[in-house]
Amino acid sequence: MKSILAVLTVVFAIIAIWYAASVPMNIRGVLVEAERAGEVVDPPKAADRRQIDELELILDNPFAIDDTWEQERPRLPAPHQVAEELWDTTVEKKITSKRSLVYHAWVTLSATLLGFAIGTGLGILLAVGIVHSRVMDMSVMPWAIVSQTIPIIALAPMIIVVLYSVGVQGIIPKAVISAYLSFFPVVVGMVKGLRSPDAMQLDLLRTYSASKAQGFWKLRLPASMPYLFASLKIGIAASLVGAIVGELPTGAVAGLGARLLAGSYYGQTVQIWSALFAAAILAACLVGLLGLIERVVLKRMGMA
Amino acid sequence: MMLILAAMLLWAFGWWLNLRLAEGPYAHTRAIQVTVPLIFGLTILIVWELLVRGLQVPLVILPPPTMIAGRFASSTDILWADFVQTFVKGALSGYIIGCCAAFVMAIAVDRSHFLRMGLLPVGNFVAALPIVGTAPILVMWFGFDWQSKAAVVVVMVFFPMLVNTVAGLRETTAMQRDLMETYAASYWQSFFKLRLPAAMPFIFNGLKISTTLALIGAIVAEFFGSPTLGMGFRISTSVGQLALDMVWAEIVVAALAGTLFYGAVAMIEKAVTFWHPSQRG
Repeated sequence: MKSILAVLTVVFAIIAIWYAASVPMNIRGVLVEAERAGEVVDPPKAADRRQIDELELILDNPFAIDDTWEQERPRLPAPHQVAEELWDTTVEKKITSKRSLVYHAWVTLSATLLGFAIGTGLGILLAVGIVHSRVMDMSVMPWAIVSQTIPIIALAPMIIVVLYSVGVQGIIPKAVISAYLSFFPVVVGMVKGLRSPDAMQLDLLRTYSASKAQGFWKLRLPASMPYLFASLKIGIAASLVGAIVGELPTGAVAGLGARLLAGSYYGQTVQIWSALFAAAILAACLVGLLGLIERVVLKRMGMA
Repeated sequence: MMLILAAMLLWAFGWWLNLRLAEGPYAHTRAIQVTVPLIFGLTILIVWELLVRGLQVPLVILPPPTMIAGRFASSTDILWADFVQTFVKGALSGYIIGCCAAFVMAIAVDRSHFLRMGLLPVGNFVAALPIVGTAPILVMWFGFDWQSKAAVVVVMVFFPMLVNTVAGLRETTAMQRDLMETYAASYWQSFFKLRLPAAMPFIFNGLKISTTLALIGAIVAEFFGSPTLGMGFRISTSVGQLALDMVWAEIVVAALAGTLFYGAVAMIEKAVTFWHPSQRG
């Protein structure tokens, strides 16, 4: 209970700071608009205002503070503007409409999930291979670890364009990026997990004269579950980032990445922020869902 | 056809060689443990080369490694300028600012139990979000040059670093803290002599995670607008011109930069946390 209170306090503090920050961020723009609307602004000329810092402008023109939270294209939109835009583009619009964030989120989500499924599937397979074969372990594992330190997301634009030129488009190129981004964390985590049973446990199975397959299904695989879920959570977050970045180079037709890019082309800051929050909510839901599955699975296995 | 056959034979040979080495009597020596992955990597490179030439894959789909190496060697000046712009100016400065800010914030948070309880879940939550999405906003605020890239990097590394440092500062036992108290140590004395050293493994964990994030942030931010140089800029424009050898050369630079950056932080970690069990083995 107390921790919820603490979290709420922090969240409120962040929102308060956000509101406070949007005043100095937007004051210049507001004053320009006010000047055009014929209101008395102090100092009246834009050139003079450029010399003065934001805080003084606010003190000289207190009437403008309210407007900094209601601008059309603010430098920093106020929280309620973003919330309104989110509400507008999710609940008020039809899901099939191009202006609906649900539609864009689904475009991104479908690529993410497809890629995530492929990436984790292959990752688990490779991890099983690595654990059972010394050669694979020694040849592949160092590269899998090194790949974690490399910004492999830089490959994304190339994959999109190359696959496009071969005639593959739509969901697949983005899914490929999502797949390889979630692949390596899963390999590394899963290998660690499959190796987590200690010598005592392995010996016990040997005294039962268990076969290698039995040892895998009855000991290694169950023991790897906590590690698997930890890396799945990293993997799905990486997959989502991959799908979003994968939407950038194609000229941005649909998807959350496209909304971000289009927003930055046309200076639609509110749209950028709402797309950003949609992406954040999506990521939070995915990670939260995995956390829930993890809890249920580990509980049924008696591990949590 | 010959080349494809050669590729397959070479693959089989490389695998056989590794099999012999890995199952052999010297498999546990350091030399073999370095050689095996190197043979694997080299085999892949040569097979790639042979297959691309043998199947006559168009250059706009996949250039052979020799061509990438040639491009790398012939345009070192461009690659170096891009490296300086993206890595040194964007990623590194943002990394330093972000990590220092998170560290200071962590110390401030650590003094209040209430703040820590509130901030840790929020920090953990934010660390899982696709923060690169802030890039278009920050590019709009800070302009196209490296400042906006550094800002993206700051935002990206801040929360993983904060969460790790706060967790690390909790890493002392009640017994140890009591001992400091019986010595009548002040807050800062026990901070520098006990809690900061105890937190080091966690802090370095955060620093290591952040190295990759910093590069990702700096490169992806350039996709949203940059001056006419930088690794992300070069990748996106070269892709547009179908100059894929340049893209691959740039990716080699990114890979080298990422690995060396990580390696450097890991080396510092080894020197600082030499006492920790994970470093002694």
